[in-house]
Amino acid sequence: MKELRLMKGNEAIAEAAIRYGVDGYFGYPITPQSEILEHLMAEEPYKKTGMVVLQAESEVASINMVYGGAACGKRVMTTSSSPGISLMQEGLSYIAGAELPCLVVNVVRGGPGLGTIQPSQADYFQTTKGGGHGDYRLITLAPASVQEMYDFVGLGFDLAFKYRNPAMILSDGVIGQVMEKVQIEDYKPRWTDEYIKKSFPWATTGKNPGKPHIIITSLELDSEKQEKVNIHLQKKYKECQEKEVRYEMIHCDDAEYIFVAYGSSARICQKAIQLGREKGIKVGLLRPITLWPFPSKILGELAGKVKGMLSVEMSAGQMVEDVLLATKHKVKVDHFGRFGGIIPTPQEVLHALETKIIGG
Amino acid sequence: MSKDIIKPENLVYRRTPVLTKNTMHYCPGCGHGTTHRIVAEVIEEMGIQEQTIGIAPVGCAVLAYNYFEVDMQEAAHGRAPALATAVKRLKPDFFVFSYQGDGDLAAIGTAETIHACNRGENITMIFINNGIYGMTGGQMAPTTLEDMKTATSPYGRDIAMMGNPLKITEIVAQLPGTCYVTRQAVYTPALVRKCKRAIRQAFENQKENKGVSFVEVVSNCNSGWKMTPVAANQWLEENMLAFYPLGDLKVSK
Repeated sequence: MKELRLMKGNEAIAEAAIRYGVDGYFGYPITPQSEILEHLMAEEPYKKTGMVVLQAESEVASINMVYGGAACGKRVMTTSSSPGISLMQEGLSYIAGAELPCLVVNVVRGGPGLGTIQPSQADYFQTTKGGGHGDYRLITLAPASVQEMYDFVGLGFDLAFKYRNPAMILSDGVIGQVMEKVQIEDYKPRWTDEYIKKSFPWATTGKNPGKPHIIITSLELDSEKQEKVNIHLQKKYKECQEKEVRYEMIHCDDAEYIFVAYGSSARICQKAIQLGREKGIKVGLLRPITLWPFPSKILGELAGKVKGMLSVEMSAGQMVEDVLLATKHKVKVDHFGRFGGIIPTPQEVLHALETKIIGG
Repeated sequence: MSKDIIKPENLVYRRTPVLTKNTMHYCPGCGHGTTHRIVAEVIEEMGIQEQTIGIAPVGCAVLAYNYFEVDMQEAAHGRAPALATAVKRLKPDFFVFSYQGDGDLAAIGTAETIHACNRGENITMIFINNGIYGMTGGQMAPTTLEDMKTATSPYGRDIAMMGNPLKITEIVAQLPGTCYVTRQAVYTPALVRKCKRAIRQAFENQKENKGVSFVEVVSNCNSGWKMTPVAANQWLEENMLAFYPLGDLKVSK
């Protein structure tokens, strides 16, 4: 039975977690995403599904609680906003190194430093290029609606378990705070301990008689072996790049110009397309849904067909570097961004296209 | 020697199956090996090997997961109580223990230690205090004594400049979430037996969901202290125990 509800993006994350059968949430309050923990505490999922919800002493503790839970084969998650996500980078590196699945949500605010509590997309580099130490990747989903906030909780966990790697929902303060209607699912039961033990032999579920004990670690002191660990990780990431790229194309069929934008910037671009087409400018939108793996192939193909691309981001220009790598200078590419918590208007975006790409 | 003397009734000592057959990397004379053994023996005697998950630290015991024959997780530096918190809450029927040194538990991981203890997580925390960072080559620890020489206090710990040694065990004993807080040592056979009883109690408490059971083991570091094992144990008794006296700090009914 499908039910429609009017929800904030942050509430959608919390509700989806309960209904998807998530086992544990560990988090620390920070604006603009505190509604996630508030909603979870108000809903008391420990009474409904047995889900554990705990307000930790810090984001550092939260991500390490996630490590402990994920190592048991449980579906565990945390959420935060930019400064808190910075604190989690060490833990994320360990989780990726130990090949543990988990979900992390970043409702991005403006930086650097304490920055602002207003929306931003300036954590793209941190999320898609590393953030923590070592060669690892985060499977990164970028929701552009409250419905996608809801849907990507399940998708994020599915991908995280498929690849035994942390998944990140890279949202922003707009998508976290805006209210939209959401189709919500029925409650799914949590995985039983028996199912986890059978399905995830890598997890610490209690030593099996006659079998070696399970060790979850990211440490390998022998460099020959550590290189093999890295080669294995890179092979996994390559498979992920081949199979898991997701994107949406809007009005690209006849387009001479392309906006490349994700999250709330993609929503603004949709209005800018309408304004542009009213003026006779054939412009479309390529919206990456996975920021990593990045939709490089389709952008490379579009580069041979269109006259120019504008990467629109609420940052000083981060994703534009991936657009440039994907299009290999075969087409004119530029960036338009506002930052520090300023949300660009569709008129500004269209003006940037006209001046930087069409007339530039 | 005849093989007929190998009979159960003649058995005075054997390796517990809760320890792996891996050769430990600990320095000869170090208290880690003994503490590992008695934790493992307690797990064996309680019959909980298949229901126990251990959390290893960063420090000398980072490779503890190679020695305990139970499912093990290796934590980031200082975060073992956070991992243990999640494991216990998600698997409440399991016995969960963390095993940490002084730098891990009382410096970088102080917040995780205090808050796991204050929340009253139903876990066993084993804390090895040897007053030094052993693995990284003998630097000053939060528990390094006044005037004690280390690689980063080469002229002795100057309290005015470097601050005071931290009695973290006295701090966690004040918190309502701890049910059992004790300070033990393992440098004599009698103390090993006493420490084992304390560790047994610390695991038994998990059956009753009483909160954190916290066992400090005042230990030696003959390599880091640059002493022979015998001299290190004498120094431990004369200096470490004067500042970190043995005994129970808290026993809840």
